[in-house]
Amino acid sequence: MINIPGSSHPIDQILKALSWLFGILILGYFFYLTLNIVSHGFSGLSWGFLFELPENAGRQGGIAPMLVSTVIMLILCLLISLPIGIGSAIFLSEYTQENQIFTRIIRESLIVIASIPSIVMGLFGYAFFVVKLNLGFSLLSGALTLTCMVLPLLIRTIEESLRSIPSSHRLNAQALGLPKWRIIFELLLPMASQGILLAIILSIGRAMAETAALLYTSGYVMRMPESIMDSGRSLSVHIFDLSMNVPGGEQAAYSSALILIMLLFGINSITLVLNRIITKRSVS
Amino acid sequence: MSGNHLKIVPENYVGAPNVEQLPAIIDIRNFSLSIHNQKIFEPLSLPIYRNHINTIIGPSGCGKSSLLHCITQLQSSEFNTQGSLLIDNVDIYQESVDLVNLRKNIGMIFQKPMPFPMSIRKNFSLPLKEHGVKNKYDIEQKMETSLRSVGLWKEVGSRLESQADRLSGGQQQRLCIARALALEPKALLMDEPCSALDPLASKTIEELILGLKEKYTILLVTHNLAQARRIADFVGFMWYHQNTGKLIEHNWANIIFDSPSNPITAAYVQGLTE
Repeated sequence: MINIPGSSHPIDQILKALSWLFGILILGYFFYLTLNIVSHGFSGLSWGFLFELPENAGRQGGIAPMLVSTVIMLILCLLISLPIGIGSAIFLSEYTQENQIFTRIIRESLIVIASIPSIVMGLFGYAFFVVKLNLGFSLLSGALTLTCMVLPLLIRTIEESLRSIPSSHRLNAQALGLPKWRIIFELLLPMASQGILLAIILSIGRAMAETAALLYTSGYVMRMPESIMDSGRSLSVHIFDLSMNVPGGEQAAYSSALILIMLLFGINSITLVLNRIITKRSVS
Repeated sequence: MSGNHLKIVPENYVGAPNVEQLPAIIDIRNFSLSIHNQKIFEPLSLPIYRNHINTIIGPSGCGKSSLLHCITQLQSSEFNTQGSLLIDNVDIYQESVDLVNLRKNIGMIFQKPMPFPMSIRKNFSLPLKEHGVKNKYDIEQKMETSLRSVGLWKEVGSRLESQADRLSGGQQQRLCIARALALEPKALLMDEPCSALDPLASKTIEELILGLKEKYTILLVTHNLAQARRIADFVGFMWYHQNTGKLIEHNWANIIFDSPSNPITAAYVQGLTE
């Protein structure tokens, strides 16, 4: 995109100044937030903090069980939500018309689900997965609840990227005699891979940040989980607990927050690199 | 390329030859189409002669493109057809046909060249694999042969890994033609293949089409009268009446252009209408 050159018109000048101001504001906000967490949290970081068990309600010791619980729930959540998300997105974009009533109902309900407060989603997860399906307070219950939360985002983002592919590509592929499944898997999904990756990154962020929905579903014991049916505390729940319920836990809370942010950053970078590799392979 | 394609019409000739006189690979008989009860074109009969350049000319909206879509059954479920459409004497609207096979036999080239946004090689391997060419060596062979036949091998042969959608418009269109040719079709349907291209690229495609008729049957839809005049062997002229298309006249190209029997055709080919 090429920017339109501005003029010396006063409104142009004001608009220019304002947009710069807001740009700097956002940057400043980002740096303030990160610096704040880094400056408070960095001193508490050590290998021990990563690999040791917590002591004294988390004031001392490490966060190893929380890291393990978080990663397990994240992996479970992605394993469950990705097939469902890609499948529904394919259904919405390739098997239904954009303005069919059925499609519109699905889309509207996704918007409703997406806007349900996480505390309510937590209650649903508790009632359905923990009690009704008898999964108990477990990483699995937590992951399933997280799945419910990220699915709308996942489906919408993937559907949008599928829809943004010009329909002439589908027509061309059809005219070459390619069956629909091959068009979807070998043409459309690779072309939508950027969007799918973006959806995954957004979902991971959403799932890692989630606290309220996990309080009722995965529980908050600090033990190292032994299976996915075990209860476990996620990093975000740990941060919440340290800062709200544990006097003197601020230092550990900041350090855990720093780890959470670094984890997010790391996962995003890995995903982006993977994306580059996948796109390269699928198109050549 | 041969400039001596069939334009000489026998002395006492009045109409287009019938299929006994000149074999047709696609034979459209009393075929009509409606979408949602809206008639797109009235019943028309049109043989597409083997190894000739058959063209359809006419204004936008007279159903030319829809007719092409019908031939490869690229239509949506709302399409309602009547009459018969024979390909190699098989009525594809009466008997159940294998779409994959149908579209392998009848290639289709669109107005806007749309190679897949992948490498040039993948643009060939994807459809070829679907049609049973699994061997890597065979794929390379077919790709090279068809790229050569559209004169693209010299230009892209050394960079088959590069993105096909980064080629120039004319190259993209030739790539699409090559991609269709790699499947060894019997006929090639072209829906205004030059209208998105600059004059030089159009000229290359036109020469290519002229060369292709030795091996393939061409059905070309075009807006460009000068183009039809330059390369067509046969011309079908479609017009519309109350939003419904109609085949007005079908004959040897020089008859359509020089002594059409219908006054609408005469006015159209002289550029007096539209």
